[in-house]
Amino acid sequence: MTSAIAVRQLVKRFGSLVAVDHLDFSVAPRETVVLWGANGAGKTTVLRCVLGIVPFDGSIQVLGHEVCAQGKAARAKLGYVPQEIRFPGEQTVWETVAFYARLRRLAPARATALLDQWQLLSAARQPVRTLSGGMKQKLALVVALLPDPPVLLLDEPTSNLDAASRREFSVLLDQLKRSGKTLLCCLHRVGEVWKLADRVVVLEQGRKISEGPPQLVAASLSARTVVCLTVAHDRMAQAAGLLAARGFAVERNGMQLWVGVPEGRKVEPIQRLLEAGIPLLDLELGNP
Amino acid sequence: MDLHIVRTILRHELREAQRNRWFVLCAAVFGVLALALSYLGLSGLGTFGVAGFGRTAASLLHLVMVIVPLMGLLMGALSVAGEREQGTLLTLLAQPVTPAEVLAGKFAGSAVALAGSLLVGFGASGAVVARYGGMSHAGSYAVLVIFTLLLGLMHLALGFCISVVTRRTSTALGLALGCWLAMVFLSDLGLMGTAMVLKLGPAELLWASLANPIQAFKLGALRAMHGTVDALGPSGRYAADVLGTHLAPLMAAWLAAWILVPMGVALRVFTRRGAV
Repeated sequence: MTSAIAVRQLVKRFGSLVAVDHLDFSVAPRETVVLWGANGAGKTTVLRCVLGIVPFDGSIQVLGHEVCAQGKAARAKLGYVPQEIRFPGEQTVWETVAFYARLRRLAPARATALLDQWQLLSAARQPVRTLSGGMKQKLALVVALLPDPPVLLLDEPTSNLDAASRREFSVLLDQLKRSGKTLLCCLHRVGEVWKLADRVVVLEQGRKISEGPPQLVAASLSARTVVCLTVAHDRMAQAAGLLAARGFAVERNGMQLWVGVPEGRKVEPIQRLLEAGIPLLDLELGNP
Repeated sequence: MDLHIVRTILRHELREAQRNRWFVLCAAVFGVLALALSYLGLSGLGTFGVAGFGRTAASLLHLVMVIVPLMGLLMGALSVAGEREQGTLLTLLAQPVTPAEVLAGKFAGSAVALAGSLLVGFGASGAVVARYGGMSHAGSYAVLVIFTLLLGLMHLALGFCISVVTRRTSTALGLALGCWLAMVFLSDLGLMGTAMVLKLGPAELLWASLANPIQAFKLGALRAMHGTVDALGPSGRYAADVLGTHLAPLMAAWLAAWILVPMGVALRVFTRRGAV
């Protein structure tokens, strides 16, 4: 059976930095594959290579179309949801969707139907900048789904959402999976990976270190406990510095700080922040 | 190249231009100053016995040389770098489009917006002159409009090139403003200094001055409007002697080349670099 996505010997360099190093994997039609790894593992770069919007070495095929030589044909089969909303903020929701529909020669009725289906029709006249994070992410999904593409690329679509929006968005992703779409996603929450993935490709510094169903790569997925803390944007640098000084591994990811903690010390980073007078807006454990 | 995609992006860029505060401000300043110059030109009517389109065109020439390059450069500089920094370029290039279609659509949209705003300014000024000063020298005015459009598009292309090459909007804007200062204000001084130190003759001076397309605009527009470029000194007289009646068309072609070359460079870099 032909792969929906076939990646062979993919290498992507940024100057002297090798972001993706001789990566091989494939995604079967109707399969959901999750790229898993820490920040900087190369997940987003892989998705951009699959889209053909950055130059790379190696070969990527999307439903038989070679991305390098037939990028346009390959992208016609793809929908892409980025990590953060990427539309001009002054445009209204309708202007945004209508533009991408026109670009793909789709009737405005298709845009209207999708906005209605994803509960965005009432916000059609609102500027994009006034939407909540969850609504913006839905808008990105609507744009990606406009041409009803067989393959969807999702780059950490829930990372910038609050807990409620994230739950809602996870349900939407599950619906897409059940509708028969082929999904290639970068996800960072283990719970979402377990729920959604048919197969996980674990990346570390651009190399594939393991691949298989979530159960088989569970050791990689739960190698550490991650406490995801949401603090006010203007206190993030202070909070990250404080926790790093206490010996915690801290990564900034969108609106959150991810703090790697040994078992039995999950509460400690929270205590440290509260002692320092840094209020917590939300928290979540990264493990299932 | 799929013209449907180019047209769609063109329309989108036109809408975005209306939301671009830099562009709207510059277009408004140009329109107001063009109108003011036409009224000032008409105020001399009867005192000197010379007015109408000829005087207004001569006055507008200097305004055009300062404002139009700034409009083109700023608009171009903001085009790609701004979208790259916001991340909107990533979403656009993730669609079934080619970099050439995106760049062509964005340039065409910006070009239509720029040309439209200039034509509104010229149109308003021209209507005032026609109403109160008559139609004398209307041809000169039309020639100035054509050369101004070429000058604007040429600077827009240069701005696009800057925008594609740089990664940040602030860098692109800084470079665009630097280019504007160098081309509009510093190049004459540099040329004078070089000519004095190296004792350049009229021929060398002419070719050196043409490195700055604003000089080509000045030569071409003055020649076409007044038939003489004596006001530009020895290099102007040399250009008129050597190139004769071909001077104005050649300068127009030179300006057109200044549109194609930066856009060619921009396309090459844009195709190689993509959205990041």
